Amino acid sequence: MTVTLEVRNLRTHFFTRAGIVKAVDDVSFKVERGQVLGLVGESGSGKSVTGFSIIGLVDPPGRLAGGSILYRGQDLAKISEEEMRSLRGNRIAMIFQDPMMTLNPVLRIDTQMIEAVQAHTNASHSEAWTRSRDALGMVGIPSPEERLRSYPHQFSGGMRQRVAIAIALLHNPDLLIADEPTTALDVTIQAQILAEVQKLATEHGTALIWITHDLSVISGLADRIAVMYAGRIVEAGEASTVLDRPAHPYTHGLIGSVPSRNKKGEKLRQIPGMTPSLLNLGVGCAFRTRCARATAVCEQEPPETLIPPERIVRCFHPMQDVAA
Amino acid sequence: MLTWIVRRLFQAFFVVVAMTVIVFVGVHVIGNPVDILISPEADQAERARIIAEMGLDQPLWKQYFFFVNDVLHGNMGRSFVFNEPALKLIGSRMPATLELAVTAVLFSICFGVPLGLYAGLKPDSVAGRAIMAGSILGFSLPSFWVGLMLIMTFAVHLGVLPSTGRGETAAMFGIQWSFLTWDGLRHMFMPALNLSLFNISLVLRLTRAGVRETLPMDYIKFARAKGLTPRRVILVHVLKNIMIPVVTVVGLELGSTIAFAVVTESVFAWPGMGKLIIDSINVLDRPVIVAYLMMIVLLFITINLVVDIIYTILDPRVRLETKA
Ligand SMILES: Nc1ncnc2c1ncn2[C@@H]1O[C@H](COP(=O)(O)OP(=O)(O)OP(=O)(O)O)[C@@H](O)[C@H]1O
Ligand code: SF4
Ligand SMILES: [Mg+2]
Repeated sequence: MTVTLEVRNLRTHFFTRAGIVKAVDDVSFKVERGQVLGLVGESGSGKSVTGFSIIGLVDPPGRLAGGSILYRGQDLAKISEEEMRSLRGNRIAMIFQDPMMTLNPVLRIDTQMIEAVQAHTNASHSEAWTRSRDALGMVGIPSPEERLRSYPHQFSGGMRQRVAIAIALLHNPDLLIADEPTTALDVTIQAQILAEVQKLATEHGTALIWITHDLSVISGLADRIAVMYAGRIVEAGEASTVLDRPAHPYTHGLIGSVPSRNKKGEKLRQIPGMTPSLLNLGVGCAFRTRCARATAVCEQEPPETLIPPERIVRCFHPMQDVAA
Repeated sequence: MLTWIVRRLFQAFFVVVAMTVIVFVGVHVIGNPVDILISPEADQAERARIIAEMGLDQPLWKQYFFFVNDVLHGNMGRSFVFNEPALKLIGSRMPATLELAVTAVLFSICFGVPLGLYAGLKPDSVAGRAIMAGSILGFSLPSFWVGLMLIMTFAVHLGVLPSTGRGETAAMFGIQWSFLTWDGLRHMFMPALNLSLFNISLVLRLTRAGVRETLPMDYIKFARAKGLTPRRVILVHVLKNIMIPVVTVVGLELGSTIAFAVVTESVFAWPGMGKLIIDSINVLDRPVIVAYLMMIVLLFITINLVVDIIYTILDPRVRLETKA
């Protein structure tokens, strides 16, 4: 299998007046062709910023502060803005969280799709139109020819997200970053969209990074799972292993708070406490204020340890046996 | 849509009626035009003849009744001073004011939008801050003073631009226009700039505010994620959103620009309606005042109507509501 994207020691920091916010701090992961990586974590853990870092859209005061983003061996952190632009929306695409906000309210759907086609090809207007229509049909929008003439406000949230997905898939990207694209939608539509994106991604061998704060959404979808906490990946490994035998106390807590995984009548287990502020986060395990297993040693930086065969965990007292 | 227009016209009619009543009473209260218009040497018989000719011997309500009767027969009254139809008098001065006001409004767009865009895109740059500081001056400096300063600088010291009059004119549709000749344009530049200063500041600040508001929107980020060039993102996605308030304000300002051209016309001796109305007020030339104000009211109403229509074209969300 070929590796589509490899992120190594990525750091994305926001240099605010109040101090440095280390939104992404030493994050590494890999996604292979046709594979689905679930990036999971609570609100504010740095999932979106990770996605924007890959696609090169981190807004000031934020910027990449280190690490490399290897897309097919090419470091995206080092290429020019114009080179990055030609990859964006073309080889690397992204779908956003809130479908109500992702389409420009004053431009018709055809305008917004045709420009996306023409940004990366020399297609004529009518060719671009045909491609747009077919793309809308593919994501299950009825009478796409008519819908192309509509404005975003004439669509429901689910339909808008389909349009955004159609736009993201226009150029059959090698990598699709889906940033919680179903969070704002009904449960039934969530499931539909999830299944459709997965189908389209598998058909074209697209590597998929599915960002979510809800483990249950991706438990059946992801090949691998990376759990993020306070800007770091605290556990990463094969999806079924991580879900069945979590090694990091935080992952364990996340799984406990998923309703379907609790026995009937049993109280939902919540992780106590709140996500710490990322502003001037000191050394030591960021989870220690909420962790039941915390000891004095957790005041120091937990090392990355390997759980055979290939799971990574960042904890002094993991809940599974580590390599000797 | 149609009922809406009819309702607007109906409102307009009542405004005009109210206007004529107010002006009739107002002019009557201020003073008697007879004292100003008839030379002191005229004898009693001569005086009585002229007063009767103007209809000023009748009670006010009767005068008003005759006036309305005349208007219904397409006759807006004759100027006491020039003994010409008031409408014709205003009409002969209107092109000068119209071209001045339209040029001023064009100036406000041509200078205001680019400056505002720049200040919005680079809010922290020295130039961006300078533009904003300059716009405060544009708001607060009195128009006549700026006009005089312009004359001092460009006409007196540098001697590059003429300071008074319309210059050479050329005919189009049987009307004399300054903008058709080079000399006319040179004459128009300073008064138009003077008249547009307030509007430039207004448009500039609106544009900047719009840019600041639009840039952080998700749909702008999504447009960039599609791989569009920065140029297209700004000129299409950002600008189209900003044009809605800018067009509204510029359109509405056209009316007041025409109405308040009085000061500029006086400073630059520009022979437009503004100058005519000032002179007419001085001699209480009631037919001219009434005709002028009626025309201004109609103008305002027309402009408001047109702006509302353009607004619905620009903003698809409004269009839907008026249809439904
Ligand atoms: N423009 C910014 N300025 C300062 N800090 C920022 C900025 N954008 C993001 N951050 C910080 O980065 C951190 C991570 O944000 P991010 O949006 O990636 O979280 P997330 O995991 O996607 O959460 P959510 O589930 O709410 O989308 C946040 O804690 C926030 O404080
Ligand atoms: S390092 Fe310590 S505090 Fe952090 S998760 Fe592990 S046990 Fe808990
Ligand atoms: Mg997010």
